[in-house]
Amino acid sequence: MKNKDITICTLEEAKKNFKSILENKKIEISDKENTKGVFIYLSSNKDYASPIQICDNSEENFQEENYRCVVIVGENSRLKIIHAEENQKQNISLENNIEVFLEDNSSLEYYKVENIFSDTMLKSNANFNLGNNTQLKTFWLSINGKAIRNKLNVEFNGEYSSAQLNGLYLGDNQQTIDNQISVFHNKPHCTSNQLYKGILDDSAKALFQGHIYVEEGASFCEAMQKNKNILLSDKASVNTQPFLEIYNDEVKCSHGATIGQLDENAMFYMQSRGITKRSARMLLLFAFCTEVLSSSSIEELNQKLEDIIKRRLHGDISDCQNCILLCNTPCLTFNIDKSKIENNQ
Amino acid sequence: MPLLEIKNLSCSIKGKEILKGINLSVNRGEIHAIMGPNGNGKSTLASVIAGKDTFDVTSGEIIYEGKNLLDLSIEERASEGIFLGFQYPVEIPGVTISNFMKTAINEQRKYKGLDPMNAIEFFKLMEKKKEIVQMDSSLANRFVNEGFSGGEKKKNEIFQMAMLNPTLSILDETDSGLDIDALRIVAQGVNALHTKENSTILITHYQRLLDYIVPDFVHVLSEGRIIKTGTKELALELEEKGYHWLNEK
Repeated sequence: MKNKDITICTLEEAKKNFKSILENKKIEISDKENTKGVFIYLSSNKDYASPIQICDNSEENFQEENYRCVVIVGENSRLKIIHAEENQKQNISLENNIEVFLEDNSSLEYYKVENIFSDTMLKSNANFNLGNNTQLKTFWLSINGKAIRNKLNVEFNGEYSSAQLNGLYLGDNQQTIDNQISVFHNKPHCTSNQLYKGILDDSAKALFQGHIYVEEGASFCEAMQKNKNILLSDKASVNTQPFLEIYNDEVKCSHGATIGQLDENAMFYMQSRGITKRSARMLLLFAFCTEVLSSSSIEELNQKLEDIIKRRLHGDISDCQNCILLCNTPCLTFNIDKSKIENNQ
Repeated sequence: MPLLEIKNLSCSIKGKEILKGINLSVNRGEIHAIMGPNGNGKSTLASVIAGKDTFDVTSGEIIYEGKNLLDLSIEERASEGIFLGFQYPVEIPGVTISNFMKTAINEQRKYKGLDPMNAIEFFKLMEKKKEIVQMDSSLANRFVNEGFSGGEKKKNEIFQMAMLNPTLSILDETDSGLDIDALRIVAQGVNALHTKENSTILITHYQRLLDYIVPDFVHVLSEGRIIKTGTKELALELEEKGYHWLNEK
């Protein structure tokens, strides 16, 4: 699909039509993966208001599936992406890779929702390459799946850029959810902020690895990291590992991690007003989540994320259901092999 | 029949006895003040009536409107009309006051078999009740007690009391941490909510609050027992002489 502002096509088509751009970014596309993936290119000076939705709901039956997305946001342009991993098939192994390039003065909001079957495994790799004066905002929601591993790399390759990286993971039963985040401050005057929160019940396990790397020349950068967890059972566990590698003195870096239970005083306070134990628990757990939800500029998405989180906390979504984020009829539908891309306009 | 009757109530925490046989009877329309030195069981008594389960009730009973209160959960007691104003109101980041109150009111209504209050009705009620304690109108969207000053927290307690319209209010050190203006507002709020049908127990260790809210009875709680009961004049006497003279007898 191509209109004057934005191009969405297969990687094969991209290889043909955007050769110089791909070479310039050192993006290699091998023949093997030609059709398994999508290329999104927003040209310069475009404020693309409607979010692009990437959704994998392929119907073919494979034991393993993987696809790749390449996204380029041109200079002075703004883009929003909603990436929903809500594969309908059971007992398989999924992998997806997304590479994002933000050219100078551009911005991207990227929302990832991982809601797959409880016997399905998912590996998700994301690389964000940031130019000068760019703004990146990501939100990762991992709610269902047997084992989820998210790898997120952010590279500051230009000055005066910022990245707000938020994540929320909700696990129960035997689920494992790993988030491995690396932020590379290669240039001065950049700001990064990681805020990841998790609630774990039953025997669920989570891992949070937050790596901050500050290059010798990257003066005046600010890098923050926070990981907060609530454990609802004795068997649930979380392993949180901050890792700061700083080769510059003129920086502001901080990290913090908490692991706790529900606040008993707050529970008593709420119950003393007539709120039942179950409702009080829900209010507190949801309140814990709201900090990472922050303000998405997509009002409709905010409501849906709130809804999906509330339903997950209530135990209403025990397995992946129909793609919840697609409950509005999309105006445009594309079929590119196994990934279906929706563009709500 | 009294609204609340506490008979020979004893309780302990981690094996340490805190209340040692409390007897107290509160009728509808009465205001009782419980005074006494710090650390002698006043707040424990308030928490036990509200239902906090960190205490073990070792003997005695609490009868409220003919029901055995000790059989009810915290939230059931609240829905039956018991309200505890906290000495240290809890901060709940992420939960707005309006959401908190809406949930509380509707869960209490559900308990009573009533339909939930609609949004407009609820909004009107909030607007009306905010005036009682001169609350800022931006309050509704703030998180419960988060970043509130001492005075704002206590006003918020009285605001919640006004919203929930309890039959028995236990106000635990509502005067602590208040400047004189905030104290006056809070006291006026309590007086405005007082009727012939409801009762209030004020827990305080200063006589100051009783200049504004005049009690029918004053009790002195010391070392887990009520050692003296009198009228408002007792509070003045205590202010003058301290608690020491009572123990010496």
